[in-house]
Amino acid sequence: MADPMRIRAQMSGANATVRVLMSHEMETGQRKDASGKVIPAWHITEVTATLNGKPVLSAEWGPAVSKNPFLQFNVKGAKAGDKVAVTWKDNKGDTRTDEATVS
Amino acid sequence: MHRQVLSWATVVLGISCGATWAQKSATESIEEYRAMLADGNPADLFEAKGEALWKEKRGPKRASLEQCNLGKGPGVVKGAFVELPRYFDDVGRVQDLESRLVQCMATLQGFDAAEISRTPFGRGEMANVTALATWVAAESKGLAFNLPQGHTQEKVAYEVGKRLFFQRGGTHDFSCASCHGEDGKRIRLQDLPNLTKNPGDGIGFAAWPAYRVSNGQMWSMQLRLNDCYRQQRFPFPAFGSDALSALSVYLGVNAKGAKSAAPTIKR
Repeated sequence: MADPMRIRAQMSGANATVRVLMSHEMETGQRKDASGKVIPAWHITEVTATLNGKPVLSAEWGPAVSKNPFLQFNVKGAKAGDKVAVTWKDNKGDTRTDEATVS
Repeated sequence: MHRQVLSWATVVLGISCGATWAQKSATESIEEYRAMLADGNPADLFEAKGEALWKEKRGPKRASLEQCNLGKGPGVVKGAFVELPRYFDDVGRVQDLESRLVQCMATLQGFDAAEISRTPFGRGEMANVTALATWVAAESKGLAFNLPQGHTQEKVAYEVGKRLFFQRGGTHDFSCASCHGEDGKRIRLQDLPNLTKNPGDGIGFAAWPAYRVSNGQMWSMQLRLNDCYRQQRFPFPAFGSDALSALSVYLGVNAKGAKSAAPTIKR
């Protein structure tokens, strides 16, 4: 089971600023370990975000994204009390969803 | 001919102005970059992990760490970080945060302290010790350092730490003081705090544990000190050794009054 994300969603004007911190190794598949063997790629491939269940963002990620990625985006027309949910999927089929309330 | 000389002068002037401007701008950009990184510090993830580990019943004794005495009584976490390392009656020696956590993991949860101490940083139970240290430090964020110096052992640790700080050795004849003994020094773009006195809020001893962006690792104080020894081309003291605690006492006492910013984010 993957570690939880940290999601903060705050209103700024008419938009909500959502800041997400994900816990993931994001191994590129290009590195080698001490014995010279390639460390297999293990990274997030898909990120989606929903506002009250309605999709507002979907992204395809690759090995270029850093370890423990930080993602920030604005959602138009959000209100305080709305629920923002973020889901990631990685290339090993692992997935994690976390939710936060807009404040 | 005359005109050519003049144009050369213009070019030279242009270059020197450009360089001055670029240097200032680079420093500013780095500051901006650091400020951006600080919002969304992945240390938060380790902090959350540490908090969960503190409360979870683990180890051969299936116990949590909630009765662990970090110096301010069993289970008191807030404010403990800014008073460590300190002397502990039950073990009869000065311990820093990480040694104390391992001590608690051994006595309360039944883990093998020696085995944890042998584990490299970032692996197995040692990774858990770092996460716990991150959370404990975070609970004292904004509080001022005030290490106790009442016990003889604490005074001895300070003196020993001071000597270790100034002890030169290794292939480059370096000491901690070579880099951290004067104001206004830097390595490339990293400002080096003067650790022989209070370097200010959130600098030096008040900044670790910290998340290292360049390698994506959470670094505890002991690992940070080891890295200084590595850069001195000097073998580093063992985990939990009196030497590292003594060095921390020296840095911590010097930082008296500085507000803790740990866990921070570093390059």
